[in-house]
Amino acid sequence: MKLTHIIPLLTLTTAVYAAPQTFDFKDPKGVNNAVFKLDAPLESINGSASGISGTVLFDPENPAATTGKIVVASESLTVPNPMQKEHLHGANWLDVAKYPEITFEAKSLANVKTEGNVTTADATGTFTLHGVSKELTVPVKLTYLKDKLSARVPNLKGDLLVIRANFVINREDFNIQKGQYEDKVSPTIDLSLSIAGASVTK
Amino acid sequence: MKRILQLLAVLVVLAAGATWLATGANRGWTKTSVAVKTLDPVTEIEGITYEKKFLPGVDFLGAAFGGAALLAGASLFFRKPKAN
Repeated sequence: MKLTHIIPLLTLTTAVYAAPQTFDFKDPKGVNNAVFKLDAPLESINGSASGISGTVLFDPENPAATTGKIVVASESLTVPNPMQKEHLHGANWLDVAKYPEITFEAKSLANVKTEGNVTTADATGTFTLHGVSKELTVPVKLTYLKDKLSARVPNLKGDLLVIRANFVINREDFNIQKGQYEDKVSPTIDLSLSIAGASVTK
Repeated sequence: MKRILQLLAVLVVLAAGATWLATGANRGWTKTSVAVKTLDPVTEIEGITYEKKFLPGVDFLGAAFGGAALLAGASLFFRKPKAN
């Protein structure tokens, strides 16, 4: 076999067995955020969390095999009203001192559709909030931005993975004031996650 | 004294109302910070930061009106000055 035949074969073999890339979601720019919204009679409670970390294993050749864990620091949940924030963090609601993390650990993807660099799927995994873990399936959109890390963080080369997810949870499922204050605070919480992770090329 | 307390009550209501209107007539709860959104051009993620800003809400108005009512109520304990 000639060398000119071996090189493409080696390239193909490497591509087939390429390991998934690890994307780190600790954002140095602090743009990553999770937005939450609860309806209330006077004014809906809107807030966001910025303390996001975690890693996702993503293979651009096989997005269906994506797994990972995203962590939100409970302490980073913010609302514009200081009293609401105090209540939200307090022992009667999220109890951030006792439950410092909100996590989602994705174990599998289903209904995977990829068009160009965008993959949509339903991610199934374990969502943990207020010390309660539940199996959830959430629609996710993954956008793979090859070689775009340097455009965001100068002096670093690599790829970016943007994950977006919108889903609704019921606070009662996570023992947050179960059956209480439903006339003042909605039992359902709308969550919207917009995060970017980086995979640095060595 | 009666007149002073009544004037103070009116002033409190006017000042609170003017402040509330001047800061955008926020019909929700009082806020001490506002969310500012910025678009990350690479990832197209809307980043959210909070800027310190006092936005009085209906609770602020309620407290001001309550204070004014107390002042007006207190004025009832004073006698009307006698005309000479």
